Amino acid sequence: MSYVIQGETGDWELVIGLEVHAQITSKSKLFSGSATDFGAEPNTQVSLVDAAMPGMLPVINEHCIEQAVRTGLGLKAKINLTSVFARKNYFYADLPQGYQISQYEYPVVGEGEVILDMPDGSTRTVGIERLHMEQDAGKSLHDQHPSKSFIDLNRSGVALMEIVSKPDMRSPEEAAAYVTKLRSILRYLGTCDGNMAEGSMRCDVNVSVRKAGEPYRTRAEIKNVNSIRFVSQAIDYEARRQIDVYEEGGEVVQETRLFDAAKGETRSMRSKEHAHDYRYFPDPDLLPLNLTQDYVEAIKAGLPELPDEKKARFIGDYQLSPYDAGLLVAEQATADFFETVAKGRDPKLACNWVMGDFAAAMNRLGRTIEDPPVSAANLGGLIDLIADNTISGRIAKEVFELMVETGKAPADIVAEKGLKQVTDTGAIESSIDAVLAANADKVAEYRGGKDKLFGFFVGQVMKATAGKANPAMLNDILKKKLS
Amino acid sequence: MSLDKDTVRKIANLARLEVRDDELNHLAGELSNILQFVEQLAEVNTDGVAPMTSVAHMELPRRADEVTDGGYPDKVLANAPERNDGFFLVPKVVE
Repeated sequence: MSYVIQGETGDWELVIGLEVHAQITSKSKLFSGSATDFGAEPNTQVSLVDAAMPGMLPVINEHCIEQAVRTGLGLKAKINLTSVFARKNYFYADLPQGYQISQYEYPVVGEGEVILDMPDGSTRTVGIERLHMEQDAGKSLHDQHPSKSFIDLNRSGVALMEIVSKPDMRSPEEAAAYVTKLRSILRYLGTCDGNMAEGSMRCDVNVSVRKAGEPYRTRAEIKNVNSIRFVSQAIDYEARRQIDVYEEGGEVVQETRLFDAAKGETRSMRSKEHAHDYRYFPDPDLLPLNLTQDYVEAIKAGLPELPDEKKARFIGDYQLSPYDAGLLVAEQATADFFETVAKGRDPKLACNWVMGDFAAAMNRLGRTIEDPPVSAANLGGLIDLIADNTISGRIAKEVFELMVETGKAPADIVAEKGLKQVTDTGAIESSIDAVLAANADKVAEYRGGKDKLFGFFVGQVMKATAGKANPAMLNDILKKKLS
Repeated sequence: MSLDKDTVRKIANLARLEVRDDELNHLAGELSNILQFVEQLAEVNTDGVAPMTSVAHMELPRRADEVTDGGYPDKVLANAPERNDGFFLVPKVVE
């Protein structure tokens, strides 16, 4: 069923397209040799090129070209062997050149696609319109002084990829899934770290609404949304706002809006006297960028296994559900961790532990998959102990918590604490006999038809054996004794 | 092609040039003359001719991804009319 918002005049459909600015992972800037590290002291990573001093000339960073091409290939997109850098002219205090070097008519990457993994396990394809390289601007701080803005040019000239989707998304959920998947692909490729909090990935969201079957109506562009959750929130708010405008007899104007995360609303940016007129033209300081097919093929040959392929392999090799496989492959490190745990073991059990108790402990302790609360080898060892009946699944949870606490290997913990499962029929029988003898009245009630008491007996025996009785054996023997 | 006063005013504004109203007519005439001069090129048939992007017979020079520059905030800020704590200070700009 497609997503609609009910208005007073009927159902409204959403049309969403995204422009994602992704910072290219590189040591130095797109056209200068200054550093790109996040959080440096202001203006310490600025060359005279980035500061746009007269006479300075841009020289392109070859690694950034490779990263852009790699990203294009990861998006199954057409690579344009000739692309052209253009100047996008506008004035702003944090843009010292007075123009941004970007690509306009001839971007380095053309049409591609991203496959969305929806929470219900289904997939949807969203088209990519283009990807081009461009420079980032500096950073303005407006809250440091009553009448001045503070400018830091450290970001000025940092390489960005602008990745433009087709207007193929129809719900806030799809837009969130798109950003999530794009981020995952970029991280697999190593072309962008996807850190939205540090601004390595920013989204401009284009939203319009329409009645079913209509052509596109006027869209609004929401600038610089910096988290996946805010993308959904901004779309939901903006769509409802546009519906209200139409239903009150008004018209939506094409404009740029800001998302105010604190208030959860979008606001019109003060409308300019003159509409933007960027007067793009080819940058005379830069020759066209020519690539060879061999160059592209060499990069293609070095691509890693990407999330979609990995997901398909996990479903095929490990018999995981599309949902589980999708979650495991979202981060490459998680997928690697899972594969280490699953190697030579029951993959479904490995998946349950990685996504269950392990993920919960990781979140609770604020750890990461790179710095896990329990190593993959130890988690695998724990699963081995369950598989060979040394411990029950219930005791395993206890052992797991001790592993988190102490960092010890599961076998050592089981030995130290004497947690080895009791699988000796005689020992279980005698525990059962003792419990039944001590609760003769309840035995009579059970035999009188009160079936629910079975659980009580199991509990008592478990208590008597400190939880170590093999649950399956306990059930069997108890059933026989009570019948 | 000839430019009218309004177009000249708009171009001046986009380029952040201050132009007095009484200069507009004169500038419109000058700019129109330049355009007309360049328009002569349109008389040449260029069907099937690839655009020449440069007179330099060379490929776009590339550099390795290494940090070789920056680290001199004092030089970068040397011409700043106002600075504070390593930042440029400019009249407040908030969109």
